[in-house]
Amino acid sequence: MEKFSTHTGVAVPLRRSNVDTDQIIPAVYLKRVTRSGFEDGLFAAWRSDPQFVLNQPAYRSGSILVAGADFGTGSSREHAVWALMDYGFSVVISPRFGDIFMGNAGKAGLLTAVVPASTVEELWGLIEADPGMSLTVDLEAKTITAGERSYDFTVNDYTRYRLLNGLDDISITLASADRITQYEATRPAFKPTTLPLRSID
Amino acid sequence: MGRTLSQKVWDDHVVISGGDGEPDLLYIDLHLCHEVTSPQAFDGLRLAGRRVRRPDLTMATEDHNTPTADILAPIADPVSRLQVDTLRANAAQFGVPLHSLGDADQGIVHIMSPQLGLTQPGMTIVCGDSHTSTHGAFGALAFGIGTSEVEHVLATQTLPQSRPKTMAVTVNGQMPDGVTSKDLILTHIAAVGTGGGAGYVAEYRGEAIDAMSMEARMTICNMSIEWGARAGMIAPDRTTLDYLKSRPYAPQGPLWDEAVAYWSRLATDDDAVFDAEVVIDAASLTPFVTWGTNPGQGVGLGQAVPSPSDFADPGARAAAERALAYMDLTPGTKMVDIDIDTVFLGSCTNGRIEDLRLAASVLKGHKVADSVRMLVVPGSARIRAQAMAEGLDKVFIEAGAEWREAGCSMCLGMNPDTLSPGQRSASTSNRNFEGRQGKGGRTHLVSPSIAAATAVTGHLTDPRDV
Repeated sequence: MEKFSTHTGVAVPLRRSNVDTDQIIPAVYLKRVTRSGFEDGLFAAWRSDPQFVLNQPAYRSGSILVAGADFGTGSSREHAVWALMDYGFSVVISPRFGDIFMGNAGKAGLLTAVVPASTVEELWGLIEADPGMSLTVDLEAKTITAGERSYDFTVNDYTRYRLLNGLDDISITLASADRITQYEATRPAFKPTTLPLRSID
Repeated sequence: MGRTLSQKVWDDHVVISGGDGEPDLLYIDLHLCHEVTSPQAFDGLRLAGRRVRRPDLTMATEDHNTPTADILAPIADPVSRLQVDTLRANAAQFGVPLHSLGDADQGIVHIMSPQLGLTQPGMTIVCGDSHTSTHGAFGALAFGIGTSEVEHVLATQTLPQSRPKTMAVTVNGQMPDGVTSKDLILTHIAAVGTGGGAGYVAEYRGEAIDAMSMEARMTICNMSIEWGARAGMIAPDRTTLDYLKSRPYAPQGPLWDEAVAYWSRLATDDDAVFDAEVVIDAASLTPFVTWGTNPGQGVGLGQAVPSPSDFADPGARAAAERALAYMDLTPGTKMVDIDIDTVFLGSCTNGRIEDLRLAASVLKGHKVADSVRMLVVPGSARIRAQAMAEGLDKVFIEAGAEWREAGCSMCLGMNPDTLSPGQRSASTSNRNFEGRQGKGGRTHLVSPSIAAATAVTGHLTDPRDV
């Protein structure tokens, strides 16, 4: 996972609340066998509408999504986070996130920035007055800068630590690889191994 | 203070203790893989340039998507074929052993591992599949995981996990004749609900459990997830050792003695205290089936379809109303008066040799009713061969049932074995969710003996009445 300190990018106003993970990526897109390439499923039902925000030229290269409350509720599918990141999003700003989605996002490296509902309203107003404007999200300072204005956001301390250091769960565990090796040396000899293959005959 | 079985197994696998509030890092002794939940995990390894840390503690098989007829022909559905082909490519690239379709040891992942003797007491076992709880029947700590966790285990052979609470499910007395472990676990799920075990690892124990075969114990542990438990375990005993000894991956010679000495120390200490306990009187059990759309919506086979007004809790009442509408059932209808058009015998819950023997013993000398299609799907290629050596296939075929190849099949309908809209099954599987066996299909969960009796009469039937 790449380190996340600050990110500057085009902000996309998604004026909806309760965006569940079925809306972020419908089940029909889950049959893929790769870990990448889910961008075509992102908001699939809405993308067919020419008026949908991501179909407007000013927002097409967006990387910061500003959404209403309860973003990412519902099914635990990890594909919802993958779809957002594959499209190019690095940050989602919302007053409240679904728990599982937020956990999945932290694992994959997508920043979920929690702000008061009033901040989301202000940001929507600013962005829509100047479509294509950029925001700067500073994870070290936990601030969002929009032109002259600055807003604080909150994020889980442990998630912030991992994002700042570019540590995914696997990286964190692999940092203790010597402890795993030490443990392996203590495993009893009677524990089975799958190789070489054995059969009943 | 003493420790429980699950606590002992947990403690022996802590690589790094998390301390207060933080998860422990647990070592995983065996990681089982199949084609549906592994592709993104392997792809994640590739993207990060990582390897599988212990291919020799990993085992894969093909089960969820695989056809149960013409198994050596190319898989017709392109999506299913891609998932199977992807698993084969990943196994080859990362050096993971794989039992493919057509291989003598291929089968449902939770059946393959125990029959090979890979599943042993005191192990930690994970798989990207919720029915991994099956392996707890051997006194292993076994639970299902998500795709990110599959990748984590592939890369590190460990998993960060928060310590669960412990629950004893004590089954006193003897099971009546004609009542199976499926009836026991369905009765229990109906009593505690689908969330009754949330946050717990269950330990099944007591006289009735002690008297059960490994096959019957696996059926019980398999359905632990259906009442929300993280895992279900049974302490290893003589029955466990007899099952394991001489299986291909069981320890040999002095290692066997060393293993047995270790396993015998795993039993829950007399002074251990469980966080919760449920007590069941085995003698009170009867044949039991589901009427609704979750495994907790069940009644005795001798009873009637309940009315929503029977449920005091508003949530349960609303769920009952929805379930009755989906199942097209009228409250007050006797369960034995419900007509069935499809019987499915198989799955990781009831696709083992003992299940096939039980069903065949009921079916022998009878015919499957003209109105019924009966599908018999052994849980593994090995069980299929064993059943044929015992002549069970002839009993099924002569009765008019379809004798198929091994796999998950109609349990979840990812392969061509599905219900059509409006069809109604008596199924020995584990989930009666809306549409699980096919869009619009209706599922009654039953034991193998009820399934066989039902196939003969065309309506839900107590095997003692055939």
